[in-house]
Amino acid sequence: MKLITAVIKPFKLDEVKEALKAAGVAGMTVTEVQGFGRQSGHTEVYRGTEYTVDFVPKVKVEVLAEDDQIAGLVDAIAAAASTGKIGDGKLWVTDVGLVQRIRTGERGADAL
Amino acid sequence: MDTGDAAWVLISAALVLFMTPGLALFYGGMDRQRNVLNMLMMNFWCLLIVPVVWAIGGFSLAQVPFENDWIGSFDAAFLRGLTIGDDGGSALMTAMFLGMFAVITPALISGAVADRMRFSAWAVFVPVWLILVFVPVFKWVYGGWLGQRGSLDFAGGTAIHVNAGIAALAAVLVLGRRKGWPGEGYPPHSMPLVMLGTGILWFGWFGFNAGSALGASGTAVQAFANTFLAAAAAGLSWAVVERLRDGHFTNLGAASGIVAGLVAITPGAGFVAGMAPIWIGLATGVVCCFAVGLKTRLGYDDALDVVGVHFVGGLVGSLAIGLFSEPEFFGTDVMAGLFHGGGLDLLLEQALANGVTIVYSFIVTGLIMLALRATIGVRVSEETETSGLDLAEHAETAYSTGTATLAGH
Repeated sequence: MKLITAVIKPFKLDEVKEALKAAGVAGMTVTEVQGFGRQSGHTEVYRGTEYTVDFVPKVKVEVLAEDDQIAGLVDAIAAAASTGKIGDGKLWVTDVGLVQRIRTGERGADAL
Repeated sequence: MDTGDAAWVLISAALVLFMTPGLALFYGGMDRQRNVLNMLMMNFWCLLIVPVVWAIGGFSLAQVPFENDWIGSFDAAFLRGLTIGDDGGSALMTAMFLGMFAVITPALISGAVADRMRFSAWAVFVPVWLILVFVPVFKWVYGGWLGQRGSLDFAGGTAIHVNAGIAALAAVLVLGRRKGWPGEGYPPHSMPLVMLGTGILWFGWFGFNAGSALGASGTAVQAFANTFLAAAAAGLSWAVVERLRDGHFTNLGAASGIVAGLVAITPGAGFVAGMAPIWIGLATGVVCCFAVGLKTRLGYDDALDVVGVHFVGGLVGSLAIGLFSEPEFFGTDVMAGLFHGGGLDLLLEQALANGVTIVYSFIVTGLIMLALRATIGVRVSEETETSGLDLAEHAETAYSTGTATLAGH
């Protein structure tokens, strides 16, 4: 069992969601986040005063999947989230020790 | 009392009342998320305390009798004589209408002292400032010695905006800079609130200016038109300056220009006509757009630009009467401006009235703030300033995201 975490451009969320559903994913968690990578912040000007905003708004998508699905899902997310420009974000995969559905107590693949 | 006049003045009074919540949103949106409720409450405090002080003695000292040179009297204290039995309610109506102006004038100062003033100090400052500064200046301008000399102030350019604007400067000089200012940036936390507040202010300002004709007259129509045109022209010129200087048409530029234009047309709303409001508005938008930059150059932390918008805008508008005043339309007891054959007389009277207001208001406001600093203290603790005034001063937060549990459960 693994967890895919993807930090993507907010306007790409819909496409990523559709791509994951098409790939057979049964659920996902989405969080609005802020951060910076190579794409640095931006400047805003109010009454002539320039402010530097260091953190860029992004969306974090988290998906649990079985090991043999991971490669396909990673490709699906990367394809859907890509614009080819700086700031497209990152994704990474981590091992998960235990997954349990709270209502039924099912564990592992049955809980997905 | 003419029923048409009464209807217009009563509606106008309600419009002016609405400006204070509008101002609260205008300032609150520009403020930081953690201090927005403190800003709203500073404005709403004026809505709570000023009407009571106005009824007890503020109105009487400010206007009764109208002919007094320096200060009114206690003749109408506790609303004595202001009954609908005496004159059908005409005097009571005037007292209520002017009371709305008394509410918003100290509220204007709140934008300057944002983010760091103790609320209890503000709570005392408002009624004391109202009696010691607003009331006498209002008397001198309306019926008192400055007005008798011939200076003009239709709806409160000198008595309200220049007065509150220079008081804001004195207040922040005593209060000191915010932690981190000017190095740290504080961009507006909610521009939609600023735009909504601006709309409410513009709407309410029709009552402020056109209502100051104190009747449903031709002068009210002219003041209404001037309020419409000057605000648009000033918003336009401020926005264009920012587009040329900084590269974008901004919401805050448009909003600031509109408010600056409203401030500037206030003193002359019932004395200028034709294209004059547009010229006044265009000039004000440009001047105020640059004036808000003065604070960083001169080193006073006027958080939301009360000095740059209200003081400078009010002064520009008040002096502009000396150029554009037209007695042809507004009666021969009004002096003509320079552009209408009146020479420099009116311009000099305007300069005198504003000069006196600036000196008096700056000194007395500074003394009030020094007295508060020496007694109850005017600054919040450094910890409160960092963590936010909403929670520390009011035990409330503006944008709650979580659930809460009732205490004791």
